[in-house]
Amino acid sequence: MDVAFWVLAVVAAAAGVAVFVVDSMARATFALLASLLAVGGIFLLLDLHYLGVLIVLMMVMEMLVMAVFMIMYMMNPAGLMPMTMVHNHRGAIVIAGAVFVLLAAGALLTPWPHRRGAPPADPTHALGLSIMGPKMLVMMVIGVAILATMIATVVLATHRGRYDADRGHGS
Amino acid sequence: MADDTPLWTLAAYPVVLGAFVLATAAFDGGSPLPRLARLLVGQRRRTLLPDVLLMRIGAISLLTAAVLAGAVLPLGEVALLDLDVGVVWFNAMEVCAWGALWLTGWSANSVYPLVGGYRFVSQGLAYELPHMFALITVAVGAGSLRVADAVQAQQGLWFVVWMPVAFVVYLVSALAMAFWGPMSQPLGPDIAGGVTAELAGADRLVFQAGRYALLVVAAGAAVPLFLGGGAGPLLPAWGWVAVKTAAVLGVLLWARHRFPAIRMDRFMQVSWVVLIPLVLVQLLVVSIVVM
Repeated sequence: MDVAFWVLAVVAAAAGVAVFVVDSMARATFALLASLLAVGGIFLLLDLHYLGVLIVLMMVMEMLVMAVFMIMYMMNPAGLMPMTMVHNHRGAIVIAGAVFVLLAAGALLTPWPHRRGAPPADPTHALGLSIMGPKMLVMMVIGVAILATMIATVVLATHRGRYDADRGHGS
Repeated sequence: MADDTPLWTLAAYPVVLGAFVLATAAFDGGSPLPRLARLLVGQRRRTLLPDVLLMRIGAISLLTAAVLAGAVLPLGEVALLDLDVGVVWFNAMEVCAWGALWLTGWSANSVYPLVGGYRFVSQGLAYELPHMFALITVAVGAGSLRVADAVQAQQGLWFVVWMPVAFVVYLVSALAMAFWGPMSQPLGPDIAGGVTAELAGADRLVFQAGRYALLVVAAGAAVPLFLGGGAGPLLPAWGWVAVKTAAVLGVLLWARHRFPAIRMDRFMQVSWVVLIPLVLVQLLVVSIVVM
């Protein structure tokens, strides 16, 4: 268990560093994905199965969409030409170092509270209740409204596809 | 996690999966062993300035994702990995195919594989939402995210009987997930084989094995999710799982020659305008029945 935690922690940190070291947009994206997957693995170790698997699920989809957009808007469209992943190198080092010191000092100096109670038998159920709780109905209605908005947006957008312009009618 | 998983599942799972993959390969293009041998000794093709590391990761992670996704499916009574969030795990692992395909297509530094890789991402965006709602329908019907609980909940009535829409949507998305038959545009002949255009030798072998494994796992998941798992007369549970998996796989293999390839922008529209509303109505019906 401890070994697995340290392996995942080292992978997460090393892959995070790799994001700024590699010279390709695709490698940077997938290094970031590797880092986030390791974090998902740490959640699995904590017995937070639902959150851990959800991190894997969401991050894979998210990184793919991000890779598509990043490479689409870059100067070399396929993204295979070597390029540097950092801008304002010196300033970035100073800012990142200062933020790291601040966070590390906070983590070490905060008087952390002692644990009260025991973990719930079903963390997924407890998580759902603590996020939604008595507002379950509101959350569900808002969820459906957001989805309806998404579908409407796509419906409005799709019939302008580049191959359908000459068909001359809407969906 | 699963401390009481019997050891034999660890040995049985790869054997069963391998047998199904070989059978699929045989149905797909004749005797698989000569093809396997030819790919094993074949030369790898080198394009100009490829990203070899990412290409290898892409081909290998397709197979890895399929194997990990199948690990939560029960071989009869028990699964190799009896996770309490098995349905979400299955979904998370199969989504890794997005990354695998895009990486394989992108890293060759060649036009047609790149186009194929992008086609798969747009296909993924179209099939994933209906697919997720179909899985959620099963989870709501079972009142649990554990695959074994879904099987348990079907003892009286199989989910396919009162969730037919979710089942059909699942089958369509299973085709898309394994980019098979009508959903094989990422590997389209119009772009010289797309993602696989520059794959040769061992790389192609690993990629093809991953694709067949994904198809087998997608067919196999329909059994515990919709078809009552190992329930059935005479045969033992694992026998029924095998028979039902073969039946679903047969439907998917048949669909390959029965339906033409679907253009992705058209499928995108059908997916959002037809499939998502339909499966949402199905979800509503199931929610009301369960309440």
